[in-house]
Amino acid sequence: MSTTVALRSLIKRYGGFTAVDDITLDVPEGQLVALLGPSGCGKTTTLRMVGGFVETDAGSILIGGRDVTRLPPAKRNIGFGFQSYALFPHMSVAQNVAFGLEMRRLPRAEIASRVARALDRVRLSAMSDRLPKQLSGGQQQRVSLARALVIEPSVLLLDEPLSNLDAQLRGEMKLEIRQIQKAMGITTIFVTHDQDEALSIADRIVVMRAGRIEQDGSPEAVFGAPRSRFVAEFMGVTNLLPGTVEGPGLFRLADGNAIRVPGAVAGRGTTVLAIRPERVRISFPGADTEPDMLDAEIEAATYRGLSVEYRLRTTSGLCLTARRATPATGGPVMLEPGARVHVAVPPDACHFVPVEL
Amino acid sequence: MSRAGIRRTYGAISGTVLAFIVLPLVVIVWVSFFANRILAFPAHGYTLDWYARALDTDAFRDGFITSVQTALFATAASLALGVPASLGLVRGRFPGRDAVQALLLAPMVVPGIVGGAALFIAFIEVEALLDIQVAGTIGGLLVAHTLIALPWTIRLVSASLASADRAIEEAAASLGAGPLTVLRRVTLPAIRPAIVAAALFSFVISFIDLEKSIFLVGPGRTTLQIALVNYLEWNLDGTVAAVATVQILIVGAALLVSDRYARLAQAF
Repeated sequence: MSTTVALRSLIKRYGGFTAVDDITLDVPEGQLVALLGPSGCGKTTTLRMVGGFVETDAGSILIGGRDVTRLPPAKRNIGFGFQSYALFPHMSVAQNVAFGLEMRRLPRAEIASRVARALDRVRLSAMSDRLPKQLSGGQQQRVSLARALVIEPSVLLLDEPLSNLDAQLRGEMKLEIRQIQKAMGITTIFVTHDQDEALSIADRIVVMRAGRIEQDGSPEAVFGAPRSRFVAEFMGVTNLLPGTVEGPGLFRLADGNAIRVPGAVAGRGTTVLAIRPERVRISFPGADTEPDMLDAEIEAATYRGLSVEYRLRTTSGLCLTARRATPATGGPVMLEPGARVHVAVPPDACHFVPVEL
Repeated sequence: MSRAGIRRTYGAISGTVLAFIVLPLVVIVWVSFFANRILAFPAHGYTLDWYARALDTDAFRDGFITSVQTALFATAASLALGVPASLGLVRGRFPGRDAVQALLLAPMVVPGIVGGAALFIAFIEVEALLDIQVAGTIGGLLVAHTLIALPWTIRLVSASLASADRAIEEAAASLGAGPLTVLRRVTLPAIRPAIVAAALFSFVISFIDLEKSIFLVGPGRTTLQIALVNYLEWNLDGTVAAVATVQILIVGAALLVSDRYARLAQAF
C-alpha cells in the first residue's frame, strides 16, 4: 500500500511572491523525509500541494507513479496530520477515526474492527467514546494519527505535528510516530522548523530556503557537512569566519590569525570556515598547550544546564562562541566574563562553506 | 481615586444603567396585575383580569398568530438565504465581496421607519409596474420581515464560520469526503450553535418589529405590535401591560435559549 512520491519542478506563486520555486524531490517507498526550514521557506506550502489543498501553478506531483497534480484531496488517498490536529469537534474519537472508512463505504463490521485496531495501535481504546475536547493535546495528536493511518493511505503527510505539545510529550510522540511509521513502512513527508526534531526522526532531511531546496541529504550529512552558510547557521553552527586557504592545511582569517585545517581543502581561495561552538576548546593559560592556540578574553557566559556557552574575543579582535560541557565534579561550573583563556580549534572540527554574495 | 473608589464608582454607574434598562420591564409586569381601570399608581388591588381580557380581544389573538407565522417564515427564509450567503462571503474569494457583505448587513443600520417607508414606496412602484398588489399583502410583509432577520443570521453565521478551524474541512477532504459531504458532515455541524442562535434571533427580531410592519400590513391582517399601537390609541388599561408581559416572557425565553447555544456577545 505504501508507495513513492515524486515532485517535479513544483512552483507556487502568490501574487508576485514565489512561495515554492522549482522543487524537485523523490521520496522512495517507506522513507521518512523531513522538510526543514524557517517559517516562510515554502515547506508547508509544498506539503499542502502534495495534499491537494493548494493548487499547483506549474510542475507535477506523482504518488506511486500516478499523476495526482489536478486531483482533489479526496481522490489522492493520503493521510494528513494537521498542526492543530483538526479533529471533528462534534464526533467522538471512534467516529473521527471511522470517518475515512465511511467515505470508502466499507461494511459496518469491517469499519468497527479497523477502528478498534487503529485506536489500539495508538493506545487509545479506552477513549473511543470521548469527544476531542475531553482529550489532552497528546491524545488528540494520537487520534489524528490514527484517523490518518486507518484508511491505509499511500503517503503520510505531517505538518508540524509536534509543535503544539510540551517538551516531554514532544519527545514521546516523536518516538511513537517514528515507531508506527517504521512498523507500517509508510512513505512519510514531515514538515518542521525544528532541527533537533528533523535530525532525530528523519531518514533524510531536505533543508528549504525561500522556496528552494538548499540541501538534501542524510541527517548526518546535513548536520556534519552543511553545504551553505544558511544550512550551517540553521543547524547551530555559530562560528562562521571568512578568510582564505593559504597553501595546504593553513587558513588565514580576515584578522590575520592562522588556523590549521585539514590539508585536503587546499587551493580553494576565499571561503568561510564553519566551526560548531561545542568543538571550540577553551583552556586556562598554562594548563595545557596545544598547537595554534589563540589568546582570548571571555566577554559573556550563558548557563545552559549541561553546558555553558561563552562569547570570546581574541586579542586580535576575532569573535567566537564556544560551548563547554559543565564539569561533573570539581572546578568552577562557569568561567567569569573578563577571564583570559586559550582557545584552540581542532583541524577536524573545521568545515568550509562557500562565501555568499 | 483609590482602587476601591474606582470599583465603587464603576459599580454605581453599571447599576444605574442596568436599572434604566430593567426597571421599565419590571414596572410593566407589575402593573399588568393592577386592578385599576386605567394604568396608574398606586395599585387598588391585584387581578388577573387583564390577561383574560387580552385573550378575549380578537385583535390581539389574531395579531399574535400573524406575528408568530410571520416570524417563523422570516426565520426559515433568513436561514435558507443567510447560511449559503455566509458560506459564500466567508469562504469565497470574488470581486465585490466586501460590497455584497455591506449590502446584506445594511438593513441592520438603516432605521426601521426609513426601511419600512422605502419598502412601501418600492412595493408601490412594483405594483405600478406589474399591476399586482404587494403593499398590504402577506407576501409583502414576509419579504420585509425576511429582510429584517437576514442581517442577523449573516452576522452570527459568518462570525462562527470565520472562527471555525478550516483544517477540519481539509481533514475531511483528505479522508475522502467530497465538497458536499464536507459541508453536510463537518462544516454545518461545526457551526450548529450559530445556526440555532441565528434562528432564535431572527424569530425575535421579526416578532418585535413595529416600524417596518406598520407600512406594510393590510386591513384585518396586523401583527401583534401594530394591534398594540392601535389599541393604545383609544385605551390605556392593563390589557396592554398583560400583552407586553407575555411578549417579554417569549422573547426572554428565546434569548436565554440562544445564549445557551452561542454567546451572543461573540457575534458582534
